[in-house]
Amino acid sequence: MKRQDVQERIISVYIHRFDPTSDKKPRAVLYELAVEQGMTVLDGLHRIKETQDPTLAFRFSCRMGVCGSCAMLINGKPMLACNTQILDVTDKALTVAPLPNFRVVRDLVPDLAPLFKKHVQVNPYIVRTDGHEMESPSGEFIQTPEELIKYLQFTYCIKCGACVAACPTAATDENYLGPMALAQAYRYIVDSRDDGFHSRKSVVGADKAVFNCHYAGECSAVCPKGVDPARAIQFMKRELVRDYLLMRRHTAPLKARALNDKSKEKKTPLPVPPYTVDR
Amino acid sequence: MTDNKTSGNRLGVKGWFAGGRWGMERYIYAIHRLTGLGLLLFLTIHIFESSMRIYGAPVWERTMAFLDHPLFAAGEFLIIIGFAFHAINGLRLVFLELGFGVGKAIEPVYPYRTSVQVQRPLAIAVMILSALLIAAGGIDLFFIRP
Ligand code: SF4
Ligand code: FES
Repeated sequence: MKRQDVQERIISVYIHRFDPTSDKKPRAVLYELAVEQGMTVLDGLHRIKETQDPTLAFRFSCRMGVCGSCAMLINGKPMLACNTQILDVTDKALTVAPLPNFRVVRDLVPDLAPLFKKHVQVNPYIVRTDGHEMESPSGEFIQTPEELIKYLQFTYCIKCGACVAACPTAATDENYLGPMALAQAYRYIVDSRDDGFHSRKSVVGADKAVFNCHYAGECSAVCPKGVDPARAIQFMKRELVRDYLLMRRHTAPLKARALNDKSKEKKTPLPVPPYTVDR
Repeated sequence: MTDNKTSGNRLGVKGWFAGGRWGMERYIYAIHRLTGLGLLLFLTIHIFESSMRIYGAPVWERTMAFLDHPLFAAGEFLIIIGFAFHAINGLRLVFLELGFGVGKAIEPVYPYRTSVQVQRPLAIAVMILSALLIAAGGIDLFFIRP
């Protein structure tokens, strides 16, 4: 069936509900929902909350795939509710459950606190020995496009937790640092401005970290932002092995170029574009 | 939030097989773990069985006669399956985990092409090679040796 053929259609939505004051275990509740073209899962949840059950709880904020609040298990796959159109997933039955591998606070709201704690553990910021440069920079850090592309992909992470929900290692090991935190560690380690490899090594190279990953690849398959944590984790292992074999080249972190340092700037002025309006 | 009453939702061993996008790498991951445990079990039994030798020739002869049962031939075939898969996939993992075969970091542009797609040919090669090894082992065990 082509998507264009569908105008409006009633579908069954099974929502996993859990009320901490009365339920022992989550239970699936069935709602009927009229779905239109372009309606996202988050729109559908809002519609159900407005018209059928005001007690339904779910977390969202930006409703445009930027804040990472609304990841949930949609027909068995971790996805962003605001970034997934219902008719792209199904035209019959939709099952919405909270993200697995996290405790459920209520209904579709997972407790992401452990995810953020693990994120903090890898020092997710530029680490340098010249602290004054971080507090009051003396200039700009000029990076080449090649230096940028090495970490750019991993900066797109919105900390939604979908990767951890999909990870089979995280499924059996709650202390595993998880794809999100490990990818973020690599994002900083490979940044030419950063000098924190050795301070992060004890966390990412320890037990329950990169070497617990055996490439199931699911984190990269589900990531809604194309971050590819599995790639970052394998690169991280390579860095650690190189370091262990004393083959890791230590390059001093990029130096700030003073704002008034014009020496490297091109002498020829940029061409002025032609006027587009009459003067 | 952690002090509030919450419901645990960790998938456990079920999560080795379910919960993601059902890529073949997830099953390879799970089979790698299971075959690893199987080979460990075999190794323990194997050491036990070989150690029977210290009790002298008659005990050893009896052990060998006991192990001649077709059930153990089937067991041996399971070991061939486990070994072939675990060894070849192990090589793939060493290769990937040293950062080879996963492609370079790129700017993600939708539809994303991730490292999973980049290494997919390797995963398929693992399946084909282990199938060939298993077939060769099976032919040797059931047709050539008896
Ligand atoms: S890596 Fe992707 S899936 Fe994981 S938290 Fe970041 S954005 Fe979400
Ligand atoms: S509501 Fe912000 S990512 Fe979905």
